[in-house]
Amino acid sequence: MIVRLFCALLFLASPLSAQGFAGLGTDAEGFSVPAEGFDFDFPTDHGPHPDYRIEWWYLTANLQADDGTAYGVQWTLFRSALAPETIEGWQDPQIWFAHAAVTSEDTHLTAERIARGGIGQAGAQARPFSAWIDDWTMAGPSFDAMRLTARGAQFAYDLNLMAKGPLVFHGQNGYSVKSDQGQASYYYSQPFFEVAGTLSLPNGDVDVTGSAWLDREWSSQPLAEDQSGWDWFSLSFDSGDKLMGFLLRDRDGDAFSSATWIEPDGTTTAFENGAFAAQPVTLTEVAGREVPTTWAVQLPAKGIDVEVSALNPMAWMGVSIPYWEGPVTVSGSYSGVGYLEMTGYE
Amino acid sequence: MIFASFTALASHWSRNRLQFLALLLGLALATGLWSGVQAINAEARASYDAAAATLGEGQYDQLVTETGDRFAQSTYIALRRAGWQVSPVLEGELRTDQGLVQILGLDALTTPGGLAPVGMDGETDLLEFLTQGVLFANSETALRLDGQVTLAIVVDDNIAPGIAVTDIGAAQRLLDADNQLSRLIVARAQPFGLPSIASVAPDLVRQPAQDAGADRLTDSFHLNLTAFGFLSFAVGIFIVHGTVSLAFEQRRGMVRTLRAVGVPLRTLIGVLIAELVAFALIAGLLGIALGYVMASVLLPNVAATLQGLYGAQVAGSLQLRPEWWLSGMAIAFLGTGLAAAAALWKIAHMPLLESARPRAWAVASGQTAYRLGLAASVLLSIAVAIAIWGQGLVMGFGLLACLLLGAALALPVLLRGAVQLVERHSKSVMWQWFWADTKQQVPGLSLALMALLLATAANVGVSTMVSSFRVTFVDFLDQRLAPELYIRAQDEVQAQALETYLIANAREVLPSLSVETDIAGIPSDLFGVRVGPTYRENWLFLDQSGDVWSDVAAGRAVVVSEQLARRAGLWVDDPVTVAPGIVLPIGAVVADYGNPRGQAVMSETLFKQSFPDIQPMQFGVRSDDPAALSLALREDLGLSDAAIIDQAAIKSFSLDVFERTFTITGALNVLTLAVAAFAILMSLLTLAAMRIPQLAPVWALGLTRRRLGQLEMFRAVVLAFLTTVFAIPLGLLLAWVLLSYVNVEAFGWKLPMYIFPGHYAVLSMFAILAAVLAALWPAWNLAKTPPSLLLKVFANDR
Repeated sequence: MIVRLFCALLFLASPLSAQGFAGLGTDAEGFSVPAEGFDFDFPTDHGPHPDYRIEWWYLTANLQADDGTAYGVQWTLFRSALAPETIEGWQDPQIWFAHAAVTSEDTHLTAERIARGGIGQAGAQARPFSAWIDDWTMAGPSFDAMRLTARGAQFAYDLNLMAKGPLVFHGQNGYSVKSDQGQASYYYSQPFFEVAGTLSLPNGDVDVTGSAWLDREWSSQPLAEDQSGWDWFSLSFDSGDKLMGFLLRDRDGDAFSSATWIEPDGTTTAFENGAFAAQPVTLTEVAGREVPTTWAVQLPAKGIDVEVSALNPMAWMGVSIPYWEGPVTVSGSYSGVGYLEMTGYE
Repeated sequence: MIFASFTALASHWSRNRLQFLALLLGLALATGLWSGVQAINAEARASYDAAAATLGEGQYDQLVTETGDRFAQSTYIALRRAGWQVSPVLEGELRTDQGLVQILGLDALTTPGGLAPVGMDGETDLLEFLTQGVLFANSETALRLDGQVTLAIVVDDNIAPGIAVTDIGAAQRLLDADNQLSRLIVARAQPFGLPSIASVAPDLVRQPAQDAGADRLTDSFHLNLTAFGFLSFAVGIFIVHGTVSLAFEQRRGMVRTLRAVGVPLRTLIGVLIAELVAFALIAGLLGIALGYVMASVLLPNVAATLQGLYGAQVAGSLQLRPEWWLSGMAIAFLGTGLAAAAALWKIAHMPLLESARPRAWAVASGQTAYRLGLAASVLLSIAVAIAIWGQGLVMGFGLLACLLLGAALALPVLLRGAVQLVERHSKSVMWQWFWADTKQQVPGLSLALMALLLATAANVGVSTMVSSFRVTFVDFLDQRLAPELYIRAQDEVQAQALETYLIANAREVLPSLSVETDIAGIPSDLFGVRVGPTYRENWLFLDQSGDVWSDVAAGRAVVVSEQLARRAGLWVDDPVTVAPGIVLPIGAVVADYGNPRGQAVMSETLFKQSFPDIQPMQFGVRSDDPAALSLALREDLGLSDAAIIDQAAIKSFSLDVFERTFTITGALNVLTLAVAAFAILMSLLTLAAMRIPQLAPVWALGLTRRRLGQLEMFRAVVLAFLTTVFAIPLGLLLAWVLLSYVNVEAFGWKLPMYIFPGHYAVLSMFAILAAVLAALWPAWNLAKTPPSLLLKVFANDR
């Protein structure tokens, strides 16, 4: 119960002014705000930015076992700041929490962790790269070769990630706008990971291979006050191209969209509001909510007219602030796999 | 018809207001004492539950060090990095100008759910809580902290008394315990496939979830209170029984008339039961109010006793809890039912045309007394059987009940016998009549006298037990608290420096080495001691063999506490395994009052061989000038005031606490005696009306009314004296049962019994005084009876 309360309060500088999904639309008072023309500096920017309010290291992977069974794996570490600074010890105003999940057509296992910053229980550092909370880690000698581990009550995984392509920057060179009013975040990805490793599931260990996509994003007010949630797609087509697209829904029913088209060599094309479109096709009742688990997605500029359907419609993340996240299959003008995340469905 | 019969039966009360009062008050007092005691117990229990919830000891496994000391925070991080879902806790005492406050530091993010129900309302700033610290405490504790700390204080009355909850970082700063933790809470659900705790944190041991230790200690106290409650209730029920029986007896004529007139038996019984229910309701409510008042007055004392004696925190203010007022009402109803059952049964089976004459005390014939005597002998033989063969606490209380009840039932027979003895030897006519009349009075007064017997015996028994305890405890304290100073070091470096300094400057240094372990299957503390003059001169053994201390010093024997010996079924010369690989014979058994854990004492050298990692952090110091040494320690070694404890202070504090406990016992004693006196008064008053026909002839023969009144007083003194004569041996027997049987079964240690004849004489005086006071009014009434009333006896046709 306390964890719930805390998570609810986490995003709030002052409880009375919580706005947007999970309070992400609250004003950025005191924290740094992303600006256009930012020069990324790696490997430093792989690490945390304590002067921004919210940040994450978000990995999703589409994997197959030897017998062809499809699996999806999620590993997310969030950093949430109560004040724009970091201090050694319990007084650190940084809170870290993480979600992990393994999804197949008929199973969906999740786990959650939460920790204070400043004491060594959780954190991230740029050089050598390491992001961890309890015994969940994403670390390696460089950002291109990492080991990913997580453990829950009923599952665990140990995967190796090898980057086969360059980093990719969304929006205007990493400055990703979220609404007409100009809220934005810094947003880059590494969508070209090749994965090999083991999943430990209730029925036993499974060796898997596949691909993974890591999102890095940080900001202090990523949503506008009236935005209630988003639908985010990361699609990897068989042609080698990739597409990142999201819709930010507001309370009136309108949506602000944004997309990035990624060529196999890493070249990106940014698409502004209106170019990317997605419509729910099938609704499934999940956790007492009506959630779209099949979408029709279009990006006419690239000839995308596909149907995206969830591998497991019941992929609900029953964590403190719940949302839907799971692997999807793509069919239509392009085919492939990907991940879908939907938040703000009440 | 129903209403008519109800009013007819109820009209009896308007003519006999005294009986009415006796019934109501008797039941109310009994219920009051019972509910009062239950209220105190319920309040205490609620506080313990709150404490357990706050401290989480009952719900989750804990990880602690073997010695119970604090450990480094890095251990917590290491366990977390290995995947273990544990949560850190820091506890400590904060000294404020207004007393001690227990500080409890938690990490709210990792604490398992259900712990520390701290109300985080919208007004509490999370940032402030986590980075600067906010203290949550109940109103009493908040007052103690006011102005003493720089942190904000939020009042939440759900928090256990004496504790302030805060963030662990803030607690570390408040307690000056940087990077230290007291224990880790282990969440119930852990991920699978984790490395063992021992491989990650070898210094920690896992303590399974269990009830807080204070529970066991305070049990004895609450048991005492409940026993008193029962006793008072039983005495009260005697009053009720007497009055109800009398009332039913006096209404027999009316009942017969009503039935002859045509009222069905069922209706009559129903009406009588309705009347009883009404009584029980009113008296019950009155009793609960009385109980509330009594408990509010006694509770602060009880709370102080429990805190001083057991370290248990109990709120000092009383709350109306359904547990005790519901049980109070239930007991009131139960009591009335019990008291009236026999009378109701008799009414139900009374033949319709039975003579309506008030029976001239069918009870007066010796038959009933002998029948009661028979029942008494049965009960007493059961008691003897239990004493010889019985095992267990329930049997112990059964023994007590049989003993008390048997003695009570035997009283009429014994009194009758004693009076008959005197009667045979009396010469003058008046005295012959007096003793015969007394003999005839005994059955009517027997219930009241039984109440007096029980109250006096309880007084004697409990005060013997308490005084024996006091004498023994003082001796015990002198023995164990021989060192003049107790000094605690902050860390190992300081401990070494301290030991070196003390050896140079004090007469004797006694380092305290101990470890929590299981000996012979019983949770115990194992001590390593430096054998020297202190131990040789001060410790008294219950049983020993050979030169105990020399054997212990040489590593050839151990000393164990009485509890350990009794529970493990061992005694002197039996071998016992005190540590892995160490089996030694028991050299002596020593008393260890009040400790639920076992204790074993071995030599320091042997202890260090088995547990080389444990360093002494506490030292007992013998010194001829403790004040000077204490000052020197503060100046030369920089020890804080909190680190040095003066033995005299501990002793006086412990004794203080005992005095307070005895105050409560004393108060309850007086109350029970008062209830018994009230019983006598009521019996005498209600019998007074009956006595007129019996006294009229004697008055007619020339005995003045004044003389009759004086004789009444004398009778009261005689009967009370005889009762106390029987009560004292009964009380001593009671004390013996409590000390040697009940205590051993309940707590594992036996108390020696000391006798205090002077005290008993005083007690008898009080009992007789109570009886005399009770008899004063009826005697005065009798002396002032108008002659016309006495004459009427001859005039009326009977």
